[in-house]
Amino acid sequence: MRGPVLALLLVYGAAVVLTVYALGDTLWYGITAPGIALAFGALIVLGELSRWGVPGAPSALPAEREPAPLGAAGALAYALLGQIAGQPTTHGALQVVAVVVAAALAGAVPHIAAGHGPALDHVVRRVLTVAFAAVCFQPLYNSGLWGKWIGHGPYHALLLLLLLVLTALCDAVLAATMARARTGYPYGPLLRDELRALLGIGSAVCATGAVMALGVAVAGLWALPVFCVPLLLTQLSFRRYAAVRTTYRQTITSLARATEIAGYTPHGHARRVALLSRAVGRELGLSEPDLTVLEYAALMHDIGQLSLLDPVPAGATASLPPAEQRRIALLGGAVVRQTGVPAEVAVVVERQADPYREQPLSARIVRAVNAYDDLSGESGGGLGGPLSALEQLRLGTGRDYQPEVVESLARVLSRGGLTPSPPG
Amino acid sequence: MRALSVTARAYILCALVAAVCCALPALRPGAGTPWATTALLAALYTACELLGRRPFLVSAVRVGAGSFFPVLFAAVLLLPPSAAALVAVPGALVGHVERRPRAVRRAWRAAQLALAAWAAAHVCTFLDGGASLGGGAVGAAPDFPYVLLPAGAAVLAFCLVLTALDGGILCTAERLPVRTAWRGLLLRSVAPHCVHGLAGLMMAVLWRSPYGALAALFVLLPMYISCWVFAQYHRERAAHQATIRALVQAVDIKDQYTRGHSERVGRASVMIAREIGMDEDRVEVLRFAGILHDVGKLGVPTRLLRKDGPLTPEERRIIELHPEYGHEMVRGIGFLGEARAAILHHHERLDGSGYPYGLAGGQIPEFARVVAVADAFDAMTSTRSYRRARPVATALRELERCAGTQFDPRMVEALTRALARQGWHHRVTSDEQSDPRGNVPPLRGGDGSCGPVPGGDAVPPVAAARSHEPGRPA
Repeated sequence: MRGPVLALLLVYGAAVVLTVYALGDTLWYGITAPGIALAFGALIVLGELSRWGVPGAPSALPAEREPAPLGAAGALAYALLGQIAGQPTTHGALQVVAVVVAAALAGAVPHIAAGHGPALDHVVRRVLTVAFAAVCFQPLYNSGLWGKWIGHGPYHALLLLLLLVLTALCDAVLAATMARARTGYPYGPLLRDELRALLGIGSAVCATGAVMALGVAVAGLWALPVFCVPLLLTQLSFRRYAAVRTTYRQTITSLARATEIAGYTPHGHARRVALLSRAVGRELGLSEPDLTVLEYAALMHDIGQLSLLDPVPAGATASLPPAEQRRIALLGGAVVRQTGVPAEVAVVVERQADPYREQPLSARIVRAVNAYDDLSGESGGGLGGPLSALEQLRLGTGRDYQPEVVESLARVLSRGGLTPSPPG
Repeated sequence: MRALSVTARAYILCALVAAVCCALPALRPGAGTPWATTALLAALYTACELLGRRPFLVSAVRVGAGSFFPVLFAAVLLLPPSAAALVAVPGALVGHVERRPRAVRRAWRAAQLALAAWAAAHVCTFLDGGASLGGGAVGAAPDFPYVLLPAGAAVLAFCLVLTALDGGILCTAERLPVRTAWRGLLLRSVAPHCVHGLAGLMMAVLWRSPYGALAALFVLLPMYISCWVFAQYHRERAAHQATIRALVQAVDIKDQYTRGHSERVGRASVMIAREIGMDEDRVEVLRFAGILHDVGKLGVPTRLLRKDGPLTPEERRIIELHPEYGHEMVRGIGFLGEARAAILHHHERLDGSGYPYGLAGGQIPEFARVVAVADAFDAMTSTRSYRRARPVATALRELERCAGTQFDPRMVEALTRALARQGWHHRVTSDEQSDPRGNVPPLRGGDGSCGPVPGGDAVPPVAAARSHEPGRPA
């Protein structure tokens, strides 16, 4: 754990030093072209005000990785601004950082007032990525070298795009580092998820940043309000998508609760298995879409019991004969196929009672975690505490449970088990 | 689409001829058409449409049509009218078409877009839009904010022509009445077209600027991504609705007598809600309340639900827990809002003798009062194992008799009015057979009358009230 925390401290330290230096420098020497700075600052504040996303929720959606797309695009555009209505600009990289910090903090005030917390990680990331872009572009531009080597034609646009891609990569690395320090999950999958998110909202933000910088260079500040409309549309689409996904998750959770209310399974079983499966899946390096499949399958893994006439004692399927377990699993798969979730979920539910060598990884995880929850005392029907449950799982690693999965489960449990629970 | 009528054929043919006439001047020698820009934009539009035909790289979601209008708007602003009309043609001819006959639809779409682009480009030229974009040989800056005027007018013209032609095809081919064909068409399309128009303006400005066509391409990326997300949103919403249906089907597995009941109660609740002038948002939630009102039966043992004979008081008490079970289940579904209260209270009675809490009068949530009436009505007009369905008129008389003691008279009245206007179509689910003799087919499902607690399905709280039930085995 020490390495990642140190990295987080380094990132925060760099951001703070940079901020103080930039603010001091800008205040000392005064702001060049205050009108332009004010316009971009206002745009960033607006973007931050429309920030969204639920803190603490698993960010299953790529868009939640960039909660304020308009703010990000505005900041990038200011960092890459070389001309305004055909006239060259003179602001330096430090002024860019100062304006972005001031605007981001101003935009965060209402969120803090509303009790949503300051989301410092978000501001730190914004500062560092914008500083990267500005440092790459502004000194080169202001010294006149950019104009001499590249000119102000099509190559300018192309290079801006290249610079933005680099910035986005830098942002992804930063975000993965911070997520690693906060959650302790392996770095590789986190970085892969961040890079995948770049394809979605990330590329829209970069493209809009480039378009704004070029548009202002051609048409002056009028371009800002006109050019942020398409990005607002993108943000709106993402928001609706996120809303329907949240609702969907809640509905699936309710469907999963049906077995608990019908008395087939102990209270909270499906939810606990889902949370623990997700944590184990993270530990094993599953990607975000796989984790969603895993979560849905874990929520609905007992749904087949609804077709039983008599409840299994305490819903503990782990202690049933294998043939009976498999029958319930097949019944469950049939119900799950009707629910419109991806077909992979139904497969995981169907195969959960098979020996692990014949199972997909998600089904192995669900099987081990389900057995753990059945066997440990947490379900009420337990035969012993967590330790004895783990011991029984280890004894079953010859056929039923994959050893790697059981060891990941043990690691997750030793860390205190569960991450904060998602709403619903 | 059915076989095309003669009118529709003539209409489409007229549009095609008009489109050809609009585009032809560009091909005349000496017309001064900027061929390089025209070809580039046409190729770009075609590429976009082709991209729309195949699933997106990462996930199997098709990006809907209409996501590439910015290219057309850019053409409208940049090109003379006949060339702008040409740009739309190849893309429309290869684009994705949902339904047959594909060839006719593609040709129609090409003609429609060409005409719209031509008209919009004329408006733009009239307002001197081309010059105000700036750029060109002189390298002038675009004339903001004036340029918004020709661009806005062009978008409006494009939108008007498109809707007018669309309405025409709905009249002639789908045989809709003229009034309904155009209703709302324009209002619905203005806002999205304006957003696309702004993106088109950006493209045109950047196209003319020293940064050239490449920079103009950047504009398309956010548009494309938002369309892709929108398509995913629709997919996810469909999946969500399937899950809700699965919840209802899970009840049907346990209680086979009530198949189709939930859907019908949802429909009757919506009829009542519209009649009393509820907001459209609340109506939608109420529909879910109707569909899910019996979801708590998942918690009741199957043996009790399927029992044919009379129930003991103990068994009745267990079945009467189902509203609370249902509420417990859907508690976590945020969007259901008021519907959760309806699920909990749909067996309350106006005089306070219902369950689970014995609320009376105005204490009962409005949604619950609506669902109670809809539930009772459908139960009475459906056949159960122990009696046949009753005619709609008899059921309504029964409801009116119990209005005030059991049901909210306002809701009963609303249902009567709505039924008088629209009638009642019993069939909802596909696995039911229709009855040739009337609109109330003999079904496995439903129960009630005001006596036995409606939809409580053979659980009368007041045993004496059961005497209203004809043909009920004791």
